[in-house]
Amino acid sequence: MAADIGFGSLLITLIVSIYGIGAAFYGEQKKKKAWVLSAKRAMTLVFPLLTISVGCLVYLLLTNRFEIEYVAKVSSLSMPDYLKITALWGGQAGSLLFWSWLLAGFTSAVTLRKWDRDQDLLPWVIVISLATLAFFVLLNTFFENPFVSYWQTPEGITTAFSQPPGGIQLFPRDGSGLNPLLRHPGMIIHPPMQYLGFVAFIIPYAFAMASLITRRADDRWIQLSRRWTLWAWLFLSLGLVLGARWAYDVLGWGGYWGWDPVEISALMPWLAGTAFLHTVLIQEKRGMFKQLTMVLIILTYNLVIFGTFLTRSGLLSSVHAFSKSSIGPIFLGFIALNLIGSLWLLNKRWGFLKSRQVLTSFFSKESLIIISVVLLLGILVTSFWGVMFPKISELVTGQKVTVGPPFYERVAGPILGGMLMIMVICPLAVWSYASFKHLGRLLWKPFIVSLIGIALPLYGGLTRWPAVVAFWLVAFVLSVNAFEFFRRTRVRRKKGQDSLWGSIVHVLKRNQRAFSAMIIHIAVVMMAMGIIGIEFFQIETQGTIPVGGELSLGSYTMVYEKLDIFDTTDGRNVARAIVSVNKDGQTIDTLYPRRDFYYDSNQPATIPGVRSTLVDDFYVILVDWKVVSSEGATFKVYHNPLVKWLWIGAWIFIVGVVATTWPDKKSKPLPVRAR
Amino acid sequence: MEELQPIEAHPRKGNQLKFIIGGVVIVAAIVYLIISSLSANVQYFLTVEEVLNKQSAGELTGRNIRASGAVLGDSIQYNMDTLELSFTIVHVPGDNLLLEEEGGLARSLHNAVMDPSRPRLDVIYYGPIPDLLQNEAQAIITGEVLASGVFEADEILLKCPSKYEGSIPDQIETE
Repeated sequence: MAADIGFGSLLITLIVSIYGIGAAFYGEQKKKKAWVLSAKRAMTLVFPLLTISVGCLVYLLLTNRFEIEYVAKVSSLSMPDYLKITALWGGQAGSLLFWSWLLAGFTSAVTLRKWDRDQDLLPWVIVISLATLAFFVLLNTFFENPFVSYWQTPEGITTAFSQPPGGIQLFPRDGSGLNPLLRHPGMIIHPPMQYLGFVAFIIPYAFAMASLITRRADDRWIQLSRRWTLWAWLFLSLGLVLGARWAYDVLGWGGYWGWDPVEISALMPWLAGTAFLHTVLIQEKRGMFKQLTMVLIILTYNLVIFGTFLTRSGLLSSVHAFSKSSIGPIFLGFIALNLIGSLWLLNKRWGFLKSRQVLTSFFSKESLIIISVVLLLGILVTSFWGVMFPKISELVTGQKVTVGPPFYERVAGPILGGMLMIMVICPLAVWSYASFKHLGRLLWKPFIVSLIGIALPLYGGLTRWPAVVAFWLVAFVLSVNAFEFFRRTRVRRKKGQDSLWGSIVHVLKRNQRAFSAMIIHIAVVMMAMGIIGIEFFQIETQGTIPVGGELSLGSYTMVYEKLDIFDTTDGRNVARAIVSVNKDGQTIDTLYPRRDFYYDSNQPATIPGVRSTLVDDFYVILVDWKVVSSEGATFKVYHNPLVKWLWIGAWIFIVGVVATTWPDKKSKPLPVRAR
Repeated sequence: MEELQPIEAHPRKGNQLKFIIGGVVIVAAIVYLIISSLSANVQYFLTVEEVLNKQSAGELTGRNIRASGAVLGDSIQYNMDTLELSFTIVHVPGDNLLLEEEGGLARSLHNAVMDPSRPRLDVIYYGPIPDLLQNEAQAIITGEVLASGVFEADEILLKCPSKYEGSIPDQIETE
């Protein structure tokens, strides 16, 4: 019953979406407002409709209806309820439905805003959003239907939605359960954030295309979609960081990012989206690079779809990838259609978007932003090439090859360094005309302060120069931002009678966007510090020790106290070691590295014990153990300096992005319609 | 609104040339980085059969390569004291079409393990035993072939296609 309702609702969504596309198009062409209004109502309806579908699937998961193929594959009796709900996005079909549902959430929400001033954009926003939604719902209805069930037919066991001839429905007693690596609280938050980030980019893309189609050369579409873009960007960033954190917490290799092709396919839209956010700034302030902005939003949106394709087509082997599926070619068709369509449109409007402005100075804000955009795109090209090169090489030479993390690290490292360098001077640079002399006057004081960033590590005995340079850049960015903030506050204080606090508040309010950007960049630098720490200074050791034995790494010593082995109610056998951590002869912490063995899926999962401080992480993995002998257990131990700053930076990043989306009271200029 | 902003009436041409050159330099630097890093870091991705063939032809000496095959469950040995892990992988066709003909990855891995005539490769690895290392898992190993013909891996990736999103679950009863 629930399956019927769920699938029915899915079908209705598909019909409603197609109707909406038709009605919006017809209404626009014939200038009939009633049709556009009807299309808008259709678009409002898609979210409630898909909510019914998702609700049904969640219900089926929670009630252990294993006759449904999807439920049998991703759920099992012993899984706790929260994991049964997360199983909604634990497999191909369900996660596609989840994806469509979130997408519908955004498209429905965008109809709820006031449209009176932008009636001309509305039909096209509807057409583009609903076309994307219809595509995903189509996949869900015809190729990856989560509501099909098992049938016993004379020919054997098969899966179908409705009863095949001579078929008897099968009711498996238990499902195979979610992959143990996915049974982690990270599963609650990482995929939804990642998906939200992906799908939300549909909104700025739809506005951009609508703006192109209606020949509007102004920035209205940017103003309208700005907040959507920032939220999309925030979610995507969060998804990436949470994924890194999850890897750090469970995968047990002491790392956080492995340049896995699927990680890269999530990074690519982020890079393009970040570049987009930056060229938007130039477009708003100087009316320049409108074409590039358009190219970047088209790129971002298509990379989202492309990433989904890579992950779901079975083209890649990766911890993230879903199993092989037949939806690959359809995906490629959709991407081709989209890309060709939007680039054709852009080409037609190319001259129209031309700006009369030109770059005037190397050290102006717009030049610096453009350089960082080029650098971001450099990492993007690297990522794309690294993922595609093996496929291309196989096609051309027939020889299978792979490209590993060293390739990405070698290219991305210097580029990231260059970006940090630009982050140093960018807050001080001004728009349009800026000279190096002017910049130098503002730079020399922070520069001297930043030398601490060289002195301290050298004093601490650091000899690797890339690390010294990296630390110096971090210190430089921080001191430049601090100086800039105090300079502006001082200027304000000189002008008026404000108190110190009053002028700080005033400066913050007047420059909300500039300061949010500052917060975001400081956060990025903190994250860079964490990355430098773990990339350059991670050390590790391993060994087998008896109970009471010790293992030393850096200034830490771990003592193996005891091992407990027990069964849990949710179907795990847990082997948990108790390890105390000593430093300078003092016991400072107790860790519980463990290995869970899942009976239903016959698979273990390794959970490290981590002591985390601002200075370093002490990370212990229980590798193996002998139950009845004095030989004890084997541990692998990592010392990861500064890695906590990666997570702290991520929190501050969120604060910065939320601050920049915070409503300001400035009135918005009226749209200009160019002819 | 563009009109409201101060613009230079006649931007000098040389002025723009400067930016074009600057841009070209940056792009060229990035392209150079990509190309040089790529040629230094591309690895062969070989099947067991190809590893053995290339090894006997002496083409693999000192090269970092990647190979894949099916894990032979009975061969897995682990020494807790030295953390030395050794196992054998069996040849699985590298071509996706061939895999499809065999009935998918899971089936192909199963066939490989069952077939004693297929080429095999011994692998050693020092470190924790990976969670997914089990019979009929697909192992993707990165490392070097030693002179003895043993593959010394420094990274092991494993995939168990039958474990999740697999075929029909075992326990089935009809009503």
